[in-house]
Amino acid sequence: MTVPGSWYLALSAVVFAIGALGVLTRRNVLIMFMCVELMLNAANLAFVTFARMLDDIGGEALVFFVLVVAAAEVVVGLGIVVSIFRRRHSATADDLHVMKG
Amino acid sequence: MNAVVGTGTVMSLLGRAGVGPLAVISRVDFVTFWVCAVIIVVGAVGVVLSRHPVHAALMLIMTLFAVAVLFIEQDANFLAAIQVIVYAGAIVVLFLFVIMFLGVDRREDLSHDPLRGQRVVAPILVALGLAGVLVLGVGAHWATGAHSVVGPARGQPGGDVAALGRAVFTVYLFPFEITVGLLVTAIVGAVVLARRPSQPAVPDDEAATGDAGDPAPSPPPASLRATDAEVPGAPAADARTEAVVAGGSAPAGSTHTEAVAPELGAQAADARTEAVVAGGSAPAGSTHTATGVTEPGAGAGSASEPGAVREEVVS
Repeated sequence: MTVPGSWYLALSAVVFAIGALGVLTRRNVLIMFMCVELMLNAANLAFVTFARMLDDIGGEALVFFVLVVAAAEVVVGLGIVVSIFRRRHSATADDLHVMKG
Repeated sequence: MNAVVGTGTVMSLLGRAGVGPLAVISRVDFVTFWVCAVIIVVGAVGVVLSRHPVHAALMLIMTLFAVAVLFIEQDANFLAAIQVIVYAGAIVVLFLFVIMFLGVDRREDLSHDPLRGQRVVAPILVALGLAGVLVLGVGAHWATGAHSVVGPARGQPGGDVAALGRAVFTVYLFPFEITVGLLVTAIVGAVVLARRPSQPAVPDDEAATGDAGDPAPSPPPASLRATDAEVPGAPAADARTEAVVAGGSAPAGSTHTEAVAPELGAQAADARTEAVVAGGSAPAGSTHTATGVTEPGAGAGSASEPGAVREEVVS
């Protein structure tokens, strides 16, 4: 018998928490992006685990869509980072208060 | 710490759900899971803690590979391949490309805190959220009595690839088509963002035309000076006019050099000046010959084969 799914879910929750912590505490925009990727991966792991536990291929199909969304998000996000960097030569989130209320 | 809490709750969850004692789990699965879990957590912590963005990206690759192994462990082979190819192969490479492109930015002013107390409150909130999820996971019942909508994942003909393909192209066809719109939007957005504003494009054009136009006027004075210097040698002037004729008429550089070389004789210095002139006015030579100006024409004519002229003269 394989490892029970709840272990995978706990691992997924831990990874998601680490990613959220990184997004909240880091200032480098690129590393914040990587932490978002960590959170997406944690969600993917949970989806695959549920697909196995419930024996439903829908979870895996959802992982497929999450991958597409992650790719699109990274492309647009890195484009924004590059265009910000071109304007002001740093990629620190604290400097980006142009739209501050 | 987190991992310890996770295993503890999971143990109690196991006991409650009646899954069975640990001994039932095969040793291979057990070792695989724990090795991958340690790699994943270490990599995730490394992403968060590393000062250097490149190190963070490499840690992220480590985590992604371990997650791919866990996918395989759970019979999601296709998704594991996609994980390695798309995430580790494309997304992280894109990250590294942007890091290298922008220059590694290590400045990160952590002393200045615009949102006061955020760095203290954030870990507390995250820990509370994680603890809440785990406690709820232990205490709650499994209420997902939902029946499979798309079909079972296991035991399908063609394995998980076929099952996933059937799911994506039948039940999830509409979301799949929406992803097409998403990807097109992302491509357009990336192109728009990566385009430089049209301001620098105009000087660029001017520079391009200036490249063709500017050096062309400058060589004639140089060549004039050259003729002034070389005028004492009468054969030299002769050779020069020959070169002009040849250069004006023929783009064929070989015949031109053949015509010039015997006439030039010992005028090595002359040929060299011609070659120098030729180097200056390469692109605009044709228009100058068309207007009938002889000197730049000579320059352009020999421009086709400056090296050949020099070699023949030397020999």
